[in-house]
Amino acid sequence: MLPRTIDMYRVLPELLWCGFGVLVMLLQPFVRNRHFFTFLALIGTLTGTLASVISAANAGPGFYGLVESDSFSFFFRLLVGSVAFLVVLAAGPYLDRERLPVAEFYALLLFATAGMGVLASAQELLTAFIGLEISSISSYILAGYRRDSLKSSESAMKYFLLGSFATAFFLYGIALVYGATGTTVLDKMGDTDPASTLLKLGLAMILIGLGFKVAAAPFQVWTPDVYEGAPTPVTALFSAGPKAAAFALLLRIFATVPAATHFWFWAFWVLAVLTMFAGNLGALVQTNIKRLLAYSSIAHAGYILVAFAAVTSMAQGGSAEAAPAYAAVLFYLLTYALVKLGAFTIVSQLGGAGEKNLSLDDYAGLSQRQPVVAAILSIYLLSLLGLPVTAGFFGKFYIFKAAVNSNLIWLAVLMAINSVIGSYYYLRVIVVMYMRESSAEAAASVPVSFPLSVSVVLAVTAAGTILFGVMPNPVINFLLRPSLFGH
Amino acid sequence: MLTGGHLLSVLVFFPAVGALALLLLRGDDHKYIRYLSLIVSVAEFIFSLFLLFKAPASASGYQLEEFIKWINQPPINYHLGVDGISIFLVILTTFLTPISILASWKNIEHRVKEFFIMLLMLEVGVVGVFLSLDLFLFFLFWEVMLIPMALLIGIWGHERRVYAAVKFVLYTMAGSILMLVGIIWLYNATGTFDLPTIQQMVANGVLVLAPRTEMILFLAFFVAFAIKVPLFPLHTWLPDAHVEAPTAGSVMLAGVLLKMGTYGMIRFCLPLFPDASRRAAIWVAALAIIGILYGALVAMVQPNLKKLVAYSSVSHLGFVVLGIFAFHNISMQGAVYQMLAHGISTGALFLLVGMLHDRRHTFEISEYGGLATPMPKFAAFFLFVALSSLGLPILNGFVGEYLILLGTYQHHWQWASWAALGVILSACYLLWSYQRVFFGEITKEKNRTLPDASVREKWILATMAVVSLGMGIGSTYITRRTAAAAQNVIDQVEPQRPYEASVPSRVVPSAGSLQVARDSRAAKPISLERLGTR
Repeated sequence: MLPRTIDMYRVLPELLWCGFGVLVMLLQPFVRNRHFFTFLALIGTLTGTLASVISAANAGPGFYGLVESDSFSFFFRLLVGSVAFLVVLAAGPYLDRERLPVAEFYALLLFATAGMGVLASAQELLTAFIGLEISSISSYILAGYRRDSLKSSESAMKYFLLGSFATAFFLYGIALVYGATGTTVLDKMGDTDPASTLLKLGLAMILIGLGFKVAAAPFQVWTPDVYEGAPTPVTALFSAGPKAAAFALLLRIFATVPAATHFWFWAFWVLAVLTMFAGNLGALVQTNIKRLLAYSSIAHAGYILVAFAAVTSMAQGGSAEAAPAYAAVLFYLLTYALVKLGAFTIVSQLGGAGEKNLSLDDYAGLSQRQPVVAAILSIYLLSLLGLPVTAGFFGKFYIFKAAVNSNLIWLAVLMAINSVIGSYYYLRVIVVMYMRESSAEAAASVPVSFPLSVSVVLAVTAAGTILFGVMPNPVINFLLRPSLFGH
Repeated sequence: MLTGGHLLSVLVFFPAVGALALLLLRGDDHKYIRYLSLIVSVAEFIFSLFLLFKAPASASGYQLEEFIKWINQPPINYHLGVDGISIFLVILTTFLTPISILASWKNIEHRVKEFFIMLLMLEVGVVGVFLSLDLFLFFLFWEVMLIPMALLIGIWGHERRVYAAVKFVLYTMAGSILMLVGIIWLYNATGTFDLPTIQQMVANGVLVLAPRTEMILFLAFFVAFAIKVPLFPLHTWLPDAHVEAPTAGSVMLAGVLLKMGTYGMIRFCLPLFPDASRRAAIWVAALAIIGILYGALVAMVQPNLKKLVAYSSVSHLGFVVLGIFAFHNISMQGAVYQMLAHGISTGALFLLVGMLHDRRHTFEISEYGGLATPMPKFAAFFLFVALSSLGLPILNGFVGEYLILLGTYQHHWQWASWAALGVILSACYLLWSYQRVFFGEITKEKNRTLPDASVREKWILATMAVVSLGMGIGSTYITRRTAAAAQNVIDQVEPQRPYEASVPSRVVPSAGSLQVARDSRAAKPISLERLGTR
């Protein structure tokens, strides 16, 4: 059973990301120039991302049904690839500032991206597991990349221990699902009895494993510590990439496996409510901007889970009426990735050498010292808050709509209450930036410079946030295509 | 540009263009920034006057509609339109913006450029709210206007500005997010966000909601609007926001932002949920009356002059809500009229209080006293505005309150009698505070040398005074446009009820309440007679 050429096309992005990762590692002993590696990593992430077009043009199952190249995986490959590309752009100046080696960083980043790509396109559970492992292990190392920092090491350790635990759950879940269905290929599970206890147990294990990855309560406790300790560009990656990929897998599983039962609906309902409250209430008392954004990303995972509850409350996941709910999840992940990436990039840049300036107080009077940066950060925060004319508003709107469509009024109301709680702490940052005066030393210090590459990241993410806030049409039309899954 | 085809779009986005132009100016060119923003806002005001010529006064439906498909999934359209109710609210907004800019001419020295940009962006949001005929678009403008207002309070306000700004946003947000859920629910039931279409569906009986559903939806909208108005138990953000806001912020807040709430009730709550509105009317009216009396009583004991004016807004807006929920053509027109009158009178009161603050940097009434001696012209203006606010005949405040009471009386004489107490109370607190500030001995030495109104201030105040006198005398010019629109709303709430504007036949000719204002002495005995016959 040799792989056919078309199979290669269908996994081309992952092949390129992996290939460039290996290339970076091989060249590392020979090339001294740091910029060379940045450049190489940019090319790697970019070609891989562009190659997803080739995969999409050759849609269909690859490797006899192990992976699936469809609109769904196309969307996520574009998303994680672009995220990786922007993270490389943002990380260059950061690595220089912190005097960290570059080559390993980019290699790990490329491997992590490849893992996320596999996750998003996997149609078979063991393949998904391999994708999860590739991306997770790279992530663990990246989290501890500032080896001389205690916090970074703590972050890596915590992430690794809890992450492995979650992966074990995931693996055990696969075993049980296999026991219940006799296959690990997702689209062959269609005729299984959804009431089977074994299947439920297996899916529950998978849900726990992936729930950990997306930081859903009660599996979210690692998030603030890991986000805080990891180097900030890595935090940007964590909040945008792996989260999207894990949600992608979760969505594919619950869209194909017969899971539209009361049981799953309530599971997601409870998960969503817990996650929203855990994130928003936790964020209220944070004074460290990285922790605040970490809690906010928990809250946003909760909003996305609301759409999952909407999906599972419908007749059968793959049916036409569930399409708006899928589209809502995907659109939300896109807007969320843009915003979080941009926000963490600003945090990374303003953090200064050794990431010292992470307290909210360091942002006091930012609008006076660096008006453009403050304005852009405000755009991100308003998008997280869900204010109109930002992409975040439409993200939230489509989820509200999915929830109301499925008659989940209470869930929508709870989400509304959470949005109000959330608006408090996002506003607090804006208030600090615009309505408080800088401390004397901050006012005296030179404004933090924003190198070209970082500015490009900010420009792209901010423009995207506004663009999708005014014109969500192209994306949402693409996502509402009837053949999102499959070919 | 002004061919009429896109007049409404021009009105919505012209201030945004002006704000963009301001953005390009250097931050320290204070003079150019001020002049440019003044020119932009005056031009906007002139554009808005074109509305009066372009939209025929007699037509009852939406005029000058603009319709562009915006988002296709779900179908959201850029749909603007104006009718007899919104037309004057738009003009009020465009009128108060240049006034606010003039009022901020001297006392904003800090981040001048941002300040004027925020004022213009606020205007975009408010005009957008009044002109939107798409629920989604309406919500969008409703939310967008939050940020400039919050920043106006939070950056350029007084001591507790941050607290007030955050409270303002959280209150509004809490209401509006629930409204968003309601909007989406309504969309699911109808398949459209288009307001006229949904109104049509309700009127034709195509859309019939179960009573409980309708009540929940009504509340989802109503609470958002009631917070904005603010109706009695939801009013606590208002005194804070007003006291802490800079003068221009208070003028815009009291002048137009509060009206977005009552406008929303007229435009959305009543036509979309007629049965629920009828069932809720008694409760809403009770809250409105409590608000009228409570606001007036609290205003009476306020040691802080600005807070006094803020609480007087709670009282006056209570009248508006009462007038809306009496479901009578005259009270509805009175409500619209009172919205405009309150915008002018209370706006002017905030301007005056702000001018006092510029001189003494305090709002405490006890710090003043005997100001009529050092500043006689200022005192005269203050008296004029106070009289217009408390409802002296031939000034603007009278017409609105009178029409509201008259209309309400036709359906619920009890409501009207309670509310009438508010009129008396408003005379008490305004005149009493006037006496304490302007008459008596000068107790504080600093007050002896206060400068009288400057030329700029005189111009601002004279404009406001002329407008309030003009509105008092020429009220027919307004009511002849509001009559049909108000009847439209009434017809949708109570389709079985005949056209009632003709009931007190000597008072109100069919075109509206022409003589009510003009000949108040003739009108009054009629209502007294009717009281006697009951």
